[in-house]
Order: sequence, then C-alpha cells, then structure tokens
Amino acid sequence: MPTVVEVARGIRAREQSAERVTRDRLERIRSLDPTLRAYLHVDGEGATAAAREIDRRLDRGEEVGPLGGVPVALKDNLVTRGLETTAGSRVLRGWIPPYDGTVVERLRASGAVILGKLNLDEFAMGSSCESSAFAPCRNPWDPERVPGGSSGGAAAAVAAGLCLGALGTDTGGSIRQPAALCGVTGLKPTYGRVSRYGVIAFASSLDQVGPLGRTVEDCAALLEVIAGPDARDSTCVAEAPEPGSLLAACGRNELRGVRVGVPREYFADEGGPEPDVAGAVGAALAQIAELGAEVKEISLPHTGHAVATYYLIATAEASSNLARYDGVRYGRGRRGFGDEVKRRIMLGTFALSAGYRDAYYGRAQRVRTLIRRDFERAFDACDVIATPTSPFPAFRLGERIDDPLQMYLADIYTLSCNLAGLPGLSLPCGFTGEGLPVGLQLLGPALGEAVLLEVGAAYQAATDWHERRPPPGRGAARGVAGGRR
Amino acid sequence: MSGYEAVIGLEVHVQLATAAKIFCGCSTRFGAPPNTQVCPVCTGQPGALPVLNRRAVDLALRLALACGCTVRGRSRFARKSYFYPDLPKGYQITQHEQPLAEGGAVEIGGGARVNLTRIHLEEDAGKTIHGRSTSSVDLNRAGVPLCEIVSEPDLRRPEDAAEYLRVLRGLVRALAVSDGNMEQGSLRCDANVSLRPAGSDALGVKTEIKNLNSFRFVQRALEHEIARQRARLAAGGALAQETRLWDADAGVTRSMRSKEQGRDYRYFPDPDLPPLWVDGAWIARVRAALPELPRARRARLVAELGLSEHDADRLTRERELADYFEATVAAGGAPGRAARWITTELLARVPDPRAVGGAPVTPERLAGLLALWDAGRINSGLAKRIFALMWEGGESAEAVAGREGLFQQQDASVVEAAVRRVVAGSPELAAQYRAGRRNVLGYLVGQVMRTTRGRADPRLVNELLRRELSDQD
Repeated sequence: MPTVVEVARGIRAREQSAERVTRDRLERIRSLDPTLRAYLHVDGEGATAAAREIDRRLDRGEEVGPLGGVPVALKDNLVTRGLETTAGSRVLRGWIPPYDGTVVERLRASGAVILGKLNLDEFAMGSSCESSAFAPCRNPWDPERVPGGSSGGAAAAVAAGLCLGALGTDTGGSIRQPAALCGVTGLKPTYGRVSRYGVIAFASSLDQVGPLGRTVEDCAALLEVIAGPDARDSTCVAEAPEPGSLLAACGRNELRGVRVGVPREYFADEGGPEPDVAGAVGAALAQIAELGAEVKEISLPHTGHAVATYYLIATAEASSNLARYDGVRYGRGRRGFGDEVKRRIMLGTFALSAGYRDAYYGRAQRVRTLIRRDFERAFDACDVIATPTSPFPAFRLGERIDDPLQMYLADIYTLSCNLAGLPGLSLPCGFTGEGLPVGLQLLGPALGEAVLLEVGAAYQAATDWHERRPPPGRGAARGVAGGRR
Repeated sequence: MSGYEAVIGLEVHVQLATAAKIFCGCSTRFGAPPNTQVCPVCTGQPGALPVLNRRAVDLALRLALACGCTVRGRSRFARKSYFYPDLPKGYQITQHEQPLAEGGAVEIGGGARVNLTRIHLEEDAGKTIHGRSTSSVDLNRAGVPLCEIVSEPDLRRPEDAAEYLRVLRGLVRALAVSDGNMEQGSLRCDANVSLRPAGSDALGVKTEIKNLNSFRFVQRALEHEIARQRARLAAGGALAQETRLWDADAGVTRSMRSKEQGRDYRYFPDPDLPPLWVDGAWIARVRAALPELPRARRARLVAELGLSEHDADRLTRERELADYFEATVAAGGAPGRAARWITTELLARVPDPRAVGGAPVTPERLAGLLALWDAGRINSGLAKRIFALMWEGGESAEAVAGREGLFQQQDASVVEAAVRRVVAGSPELAAQYRAGRRNVLGYLVGQVMRTTRGRADPRLVNELLRRELSDQD
C-alpha cells in the first residue's frame, strides 16, 4: 500500500488521478468499514468533488499544495464546516459546525482530500474506542479486539488502508496508544506546536492534534502542513518549524552520537509491560544501539504519580469544558452523556470544589511541575527517551470497559508526556506471540519533533514492522517473525 | 437607634469602550438586532478559543493608573463556573486570584477617599429576554469587555455611595474608558452593606444588593437596607448573610439567596489563556496617554481661570462640558462669564451634557456673544435673546444682533428721552419714590427697558432715572 508521500508525488506527476485514488479508498471503506466501524461519517461526495478539483487544477498546470489529492480522514472531535461533528457523543449528534478548525483549514489548503470523520471514545475520553456513543471501533488485526483509543478510528483506518493518513488528538496517549495497538505510526507534537482552534476540548492544557500514518515520514509530511502559530489560539508556540525541516529530519539512516535514555521506572515490577511487549521493545532498543545510538538507563522519579496527577487535571478541565453541553444549545441534554464522560465530569467537579480544590487540583498542578522537571533533567543526559507505548497489546472488547482503573492504566506510559507538554512518537516495533502489534514510544524535549523523526525514520529504514499489514479477512495475523530487513 | 453605623462597599462593573469584544473580533455596538454580533468564540461553539483583546487591557490600565492602583506584572484569567442560559460556555472568563490591579483610591467630595480593593477584567454574559411562554437569549453582549472595580468597605452613608458612583462615572468618561451609561448597562453596581455598633472595628453580617441600575436606586436601596438591618438588630434579631434584590417599584430589597445556597464557582486558571504580562513599558505607554483627570482639571480651572469651586465642579463632571468651556475661553470668552453662561443658559438647552459638542452654538460663536457683552454692546437680556436666535439659525452673535437690531442703544440722549417720558407718564410713582419708596425704581427701570425694547443699558437707565427723579426734588 502506498504512503502519503508516494501518493502525493504520483498525483503531482500525473501517474494517477486524484479522483482514482480517492475512489479506491472509498471503495475500501465500503467493503471493510461495516465491520471495523472506523468512520462515523464518510463524505464520499465531498471527497470525490475535492479530488476532481485537484485533477482539474493539475490539468490547468496549477499548484495543488504538498498533499494535493491525498485522501485523509479526521478524528470526529476536529471541527469541520458543514460536516457533522459529534466528538463521538450523542449530545452533539446532528451538529453541523459553522466553521473549520485551523488544522482542517490548513489540510484543505494543502490539497488533502478529506474522506470523513473517524470514530473515537466519547469526547476523546477512553483508551479503547468502546465508549463511542455510536459503535465501538474494531482492531483490523483482530476484530474481537479494540483498536485502542481515543483515536481508535484513526489508527484502525490507517492500519486497514481506509485512508492514507489521519489526524487525531492526544490528551494522555490518545494518538500513540491506538497507533501502537494497530501497528501504525503516530505523533503527538509539543503542546502549542499545533493550533487547538477547532478541536473540541477535553482537557485544554493537555490536548494536542497530531498525525497518524503508516510511516514516520508520512507523519512528518502531515505535521509540516498543520504545525505553526495561529492567531486564534493563544497557547500556540510563537515559532513555526522551518519549512521542510520536519521532512528533512526523516532522511537519516544511522544514529551515531544520539543518546537514548531508557527510564528504569517504566520497567518496574509493578506496572511494567507484559513480557511480549518488553521483549519487542528490548529488541528495538538493541536495533537502535546497532544503528550507532548510545542507549542508557535514566530515571524519571515522579513517574509513579503521573496517573493520579493526570486524572485530576484532565477531569477538572473536562468538567469545565463540557459545561456548555447543558441542554440549552445542543439538542440533547446532559442525559445524552455516556457513563465514562459522566464519571469524569463528576470527578473533575469534585476536584475543583470549594474546600477540595487545593488538596486535589492544586496539588496535582504542583506534582505536574515536578514531572516536568523530571523530564528537563533527563534531557540533560539524553536526546530522546524510549519506552513501550502501552504495557499490553490490543485487548478484547469488553475486557476492561467495566473496570475504569484497569482502563486508565493503558495510558500509564503515555500521559506523563502530556503533563510535561512534550512531543511523543509511537512506531511499530514487533508483534506479540499472538500476532498483535507492539509499539515503541520515543519522547523528545519541547519542540524536539525533529529528533524524534530522525530516530524514528532511521529505525524504520532498518526494519519493516511498519510495512506489515493486517490480513484482509477476519482473525489475527499469525507468526509475524523477523522484522529486520 | 443611632448606635449603629453602616459599612458599605461597592462592586462596580464598567463596560470598556472597545470596538471589539474582549476575546473575539465581534462588534460591541449597543442596540443591534439580537444575535447579529456573534461568532463561534462568543457563542461558545465547541472547539472555539478565546484570544485576549489587548485594547481592553489598555483601557482597564488607564483606570487603574488614574486611581493609583498597583498593576500586577503577571495576572491570570480564571473560569468562574455557573449555569445560566445566557452564559454560553457554562463559565465566565474573569480574573480571580491574580487580578490586573490592586489598591488605589477614588477621591469623592470634601477630600474623602474611597480605597479600592482591586480592578480586574472579565467578559459579560448574554441577555435573557423573558416572554410570556418562552425565553430568548441574545448573545450580542456575550464577551463584551468589562472592568470590575471593587471598593473597600470605606463608605458610611448611602449618599456617599451615590457620590462615589458619580465621581467614578466622571472618571471613566474623562478617561474615555467607558461611556458609563447606566441605562444601557455599561455601568452597573452591586452594593455590600452591614451594620456595626458605632465606634467598633468589627464587621457585621453583610448583605449584597443587586439590580441597582441608577444612582438614585443605589442610594434608596441602601437607605432601605440599612433601616431594615437596623430594625432587625434593634429587635434583637440576627441577620443572615445573603444576596438581596432591589425592587424599585416597591422600594424594598428582597432576599434572593442565602449564603448556604450560594454558588460554588469552582474557579481555576483558564488553560486557554496564558498569563497576562504587563511590563513597565506598557504601563509607561498608557500613563503617557492619560488625559487630565477631572480633579486636576477642576483645580486648574479654579487656580488659573479664577472660577468658583462650584462652577469648576459642575463643568468638570463631564469631560465634553469642560472641553466646551475651555474652547470658549480659548476663543476669547471671559472665564467667569463663560462658566456661568454654560452652566445655566447652555445646559438648559442640552439635556445630556456629553452631547454639548454638537450644540448649534459652537464655543467660538459663544465667545463672540460674550465679547459683545464685555464690550458693552449688548446687555444680559439682549444676550439671551441673541443666543436664542443663534441657537435657531446657527449665525454669529454679531450677525443676529445687526439683523434684529439688538445692539444696546449707544446714544444716551435716546435713553434720556425715554426716561423722561416714563417719569412724566407715571407721576404717582415718581411722587412715591420721592416720598421715600425707593423700591418703585425697579418698576420704572422695567418700563424704560420695555419702551426701548430692551436695548437700553440697564445701568445707564438706573442712573438717569435717579437723576431725573431727584432733579425735580
């Protein structure tokens, strides 16, 4: 299956028409998505029209933008003008936004063709996509299993070839964890790297938009388009990445001089990864060392407090962000919220209540500062940090949904990065004995997307895990051995 | 029951006179059709984000500097959560723990000072319009910038509270921070009041009174509330800390909610807005652009132009009026005469002193009129008649007086002849005068003025009459 970068090049070179590329994806959606439920809304008409327009512009010899004709899809918490946007919630069903979010505007301007809106846990709250109000999304590697979440639809769609690239959001791991569970590549940029204008807020100080694709290079190509300051989001970082610098970072195939830190706390006896995951990540670290990097142990001492800190801050902000869905403006009232959303609204409301605020929200903010300092100190000694993305591979539907605490542990390795506002990348690094994908997480310093892309691209140049595709029929892929080219 | 004294503090909301709202680009114009000045941001659409309008900060800083407040180098916006249909996000963006400015004071009459607690920025909510069976929400006002001025509990009398508000309104108008228009809601007031035994330093149980939309209501509501609290305490009763609503029709305050029913606003810093940094350069820029404040202007008018305190106070309550006055003086009008003319004749014709700039008689024309008077070419009665004609026709005093023949009679022999005629025609009155009834002189002056159509110089008439009456003595 082709990549974003290859298709963009092919269309520009007139090797294939944009309309053909889009029709192929729509056909694949029609045949596979009734089982997977990666999409909430498919905009076949709009996508075909946009693709034809790209072809017409090429006919006239006009520029079509860096992603001209590339079919992509958007997590359904990204606001799209004229296209229903629900955030996976009944509360917003039927809402047709009057405006485009900044990332949507930038994608359209780049020539990308938007196929539709992708499934997610309601308001991005969940790690399995099971709390989508409409239908649980399924993992293409094993439809009895979850794709992860909350950007489960995005990861599943990329894995199954229902789009070439996608945009998700990541508040505590919502891009990286599903990318790992579906065997695709996902990047959560530095907080402030990408505008949040037009992102339906879950937790404003943690939310960040990022790309999912099959390769590190595809993620870089998408990030090139969406990154940079925005006058409509005052939490955006003022500096834009140098144009082309992110794609250029993907050109490396060795890692001499790169220091890779491995935090010992992430491999503790309690809360450590499952053996198959540990094995795959260990092999990946060996591969990275073989490419010339120095792999060393580091410490992030406040790691043990991250889950509690995260669930206080994220729920506090969520309780406020969701206050507007009060039944006055958006058709359905608060009864439309699912259990997980209600749970988080109640937790957050409590954490901000008079008399409790300092003990909960206030203390969580102070611990957040300590976690941020952990990372600052760690990046004195290394250039990137490597960890498993998730402690376990894709689990079965229903396995954790009734036990919120077990579900929350799915993000144990990913959410510190959001608390510290840092960039994180997840990329495929092997399979479990059952044939389920395993993800390697790389964390970088603030605005250090380029170093993540360098290391990730060098690793993908040396391995082919990211090229493995789920089998077309039902059932898990079996016995995917090897991995090195 | 004079054993108690009242302790009053006011919370005043002032709408800042920016063209755009505080967190989006929508217009703040008053009176537009409902929901025509809205966008995704101020209607709280999912995904929309606030961006601070720095012009609103400029205006709040003006007021803060004029009141001598300490401006925080770093302040923060917070979310104040409560449910109301006209609050689109379910929270109001305001400043809580780290306001824009703290301290400072406002001077009211007689050199008394009202200390300020804080001045902070916030956004307004929308407006709910209740119909017979449905309620409608207009979000034009949602996101309009407000500046809240919280006073210390320094006021003791309801009339001082009203005076404080008048001075504050004059101040925000002089600074062009706000139009301070209470009827349109651009100046709103809540009052906190409690009683304590006279001479005590302790604070009693306070009530907060809302819905005070005129100076008169502030005073009346406080008077009523103080009387109510006093009666309750005198009867040995206890007061509840509560929020009360002023009912202007009934002239009473009514309980709205008790402290126990009070809302938990669940304040926390708004993660969508970074801290607001105000550095020395910003403060210096705002300070350099501060206009002369009413108090300083009043003092200058007294010291430099010799006005009475009363006239100076009256003129400086509205910036536009003082501007008009100073323009008249600059065009040659005598300060004392100009001040009196403006505070009496001009204001009698202009209902809103702030609209004086659009008066049909410009300061230059008024100066021309006063110059004729100073030169003895007209008298006060003629001046009023000329002024009335100038108001109608927009001509100069000279032109009106020339056309209508309203210059003072310069030929003394004409006046003298008129005096003789009047005295000859009123022998009884002349006899009475000579018999010592001096007050008939006024009537005789009036007669002469009438026969000369007001064109005689009243002083000359007086003098000639006296002489005429004593000649035949």
